[in-house]
Amino acid sequence: MGSVNHRPDRRTTGTNTSTTTRRTFGAATLATVASSVAASAASSVLPRAARGEGGAGKLKVGVLLPRSGLQSLIGQSCQKGADVAPELLRQRLGVELELMSADTESNVDTARSRAERLIEQGATVLVGAFDSGHTAAIAQVAEQHGIPHIVNIAAAPQITEQGNKFVFRNFPTAGEIGRNGLALLGDIIRESKAAPKTAVFMHVNDTFGQSMAKGIAALLPKMSLPFKLLETIPYDPAAKDLTVEVTRAKATAADLLLLVCRLNDAIILRREMIKQRWSPMGVVSPGSPGLYEEQFFKVLGKHADGCFTNTVWFNPKNEITQAFAAAFKKRFPKDDLSYHGINATYTFDALLIAADAFKRAKSTDPKALAEAIRQTKIPATERVTFGGAIRFNPKGQVEDNQSVVLENIGGKPRVVLPKGYAEATLAFPAPKSG
Amino acid sequence: MSLPSLSVIANVAVSGALTGTIYGLMALGLSAIFGVMRLVNFAHGELMTLAMYAAALGFERYALDPFVCMPLAVVVLGGLAYLLHRGLIARFERRSTEARMLLMLALGTIIGNLLLLSFGPEARSVQPAYALDSLAWGPLLVDKSRIYAVLAALAATGGLVAFFRWTIMGKAVRACADNPLGARVAGLPVAHLYATTFAIGTACVAVAGCAMSTLVDVTPSSGPAFTLLGFVIVIVGGLGSMVGALLGGLLIGVSEALAGVLFAPSAKTMVSFGLLIVVLLVRPHGLMGKAQA
Repeated sequence: MGSVNHRPDRRTTGTNTSTTTRRTFGAATLATVASSVAASAASSVLPRAARGEGGAGKLKVGVLLPRSGLQSLIGQSCQKGADVAPELLRQRLGVELELMSADTESNVDTARSRAERLIEQGATVLVGAFDSGHTAAIAQVAEQHGIPHIVNIAAAPQITEQGNKFVFRNFPTAGEIGRNGLALLGDIIRESKAAPKTAVFMHVNDTFGQSMAKGIAALLPKMSLPFKLLETIPYDPAAKDLTVEVTRAKATAADLLLLVCRLNDAIILRREMIKQRWSPMGVVSPGSPGLYEEQFFKVLGKHADGCFTNTVWFNPKNEITQAFAAAFKKRFPKDDLSYHGINATYTFDALLIAADAFKRAKSTDPKALAEAIRQTKIPATERVTFGGAIRFNPKGQVEDNQSVVLENIGGKPRVVLPKGYAEATLAFPAPKSG
Repeated sequence: MSLPSLSVIANVAVSGALTGTIYGLMALGLSAIFGVMRLVNFAHGELMTLAMYAAALGFERYALDPFVCMPLAVVVLGGLAYLLHRGLIARFERRSTEARMLLMLALGTIIGNLLLLSFGPEARSVQPAYALDSLAWGPLLVDKSRIYAVLAALAATGGLVAFFRWTIMGKAVRACADNPLGARVAGLPVAHLYATTFAIGTACVAVAGCAMSTLVDVTPSSGPAFTLLGFVIVIVGGLGSMVGALLGGLLIGVSEALAGVLFAPSAKTMVSFGLLIVVLLVRPHGLMGKAQA
């Protein structure tokens, strides 16, 4: 849901004045070849047959996800939702989807070139790509080629604020996530009758983290929450050590830690909190990944408990969700859907939107598909994720995605609010870890 | 933003000094290899990563504590490094500096990609029972892993210094460093001594890697950052100077930590590179390095 800072492997020789860059020649050669391939793909007019026009019975969907690199675990989690989709959607909607999966390698440039390649290979819809930076790059490619791009997960507002005609997002913007997340934080405080007086805000310093930070800074004064924000601490998404950051946050003696994170940094940060014996009333994420992922529980064990995420989620009461959960269990018997809650379900819903549009458009022509997507009206009970009906506004944004409060209890993320959907009782302040 | 309290600064400085000591050991290996052979080891970070993987796999598969795994990693990686030098690197001894650099870059790339192929891109962590424990001395709070890691690093550093000062082979290696031609004329087995030095430098990295594995996660792409850090430290400390490498490690560790708490966490890396530029401007041969005539 944000970009990763791509760091080139640059190394100086440290001798004389000459500078040697690692893999310079290989990288330069590859880059040259890749860019010329991409350029030729972009400049060529794709044959209609390659786009599957002419009433072919199968919709070719390019699914772009970060299945390797820094965000690999989350990308693979999203992929599981995609893998379940073709069979389930064939059964429910009677349409055939052919998935063309591509790995963005947690890298913006790769995301862009893979999108080009998928279009060249005949994809007429793109889905992806979890990370806001990657998604923005793919959106550009989709827009240039006139191919609809359905965003599964990505929160940076600009993705649907730039007048794109072929970009559609059924996922809240960072501002919406922040607003929903802070509103739910108010619910936690009201429900528990606990009263944190101060908070410190730590966030990952990338596209998503910065968007969230801006949103939260703007929203906090308007939300009538009982605490005062003492300090905001951004940190490197690729940080291997967060000792200094946590020391600094702990030094504020804040009652509450507001955290916008990703997975690896969330684990490092939580470990450091335990080492530094810092137990605020709660670690609350107003809508970021990390704290509810399977790896977080695997690595941290009991120390994963007591963390809260106010986030979009799946709606367990919908029949389609139950069908999805059953198909997911059948396809991935060792996986628990709770650990793939957002990733798998929002990716599935993106494919549901594609399949629904394909069914109505009765064509694989990208323009017809885009028009059909624009007219989407999937009722709240017919979607897997939690929210109102899926309808796109003129900017291509779905506005009614709602959030829940997840609390890590007994090694699993459990819905604790809203009460109507609660699987467990809210425990706030969080029990002391360890 | 108000100034952090003294206890916060002290905690951060101690933590930075401890981490810096491990950095210092890592850079010591780099410095020893350069000091004796004038070989710029661009594969240093990947060798460190290899040691971290050895520790992670030993822990995952055989429940071996990384500090128990350490002697094994030293022997295996040191032995491999010796063979690598005798079999490949020595063949480039008379080649240009650039050719030797490219060789080491190639080796580093191969190691990184082999790790990626073998173990995938996921981060691996080593979490022994004491991983989340910390010790408190008044306001100071230091995590146990860091203390153990530093003790191991100090022991390895002491061993290395003792080797170079008081053993015949150590003196022979120093003779090679001072005057390779003279060493050959005197009948010293220079090829063997160079390979031994490369093995010892790699053994330092093996200790640093096993120690570091208890503090940070490792991925196949961790190597370049370690190599870069190693070069920053040895350039600040003085290329070829063992004391300089340790001093450089401490300096970088403490200054990064203090910059993070006094200015902004994002200033950490900026400060170490700023320090590098200042040293290059004011004292181009590094804090403890000797100016070339």
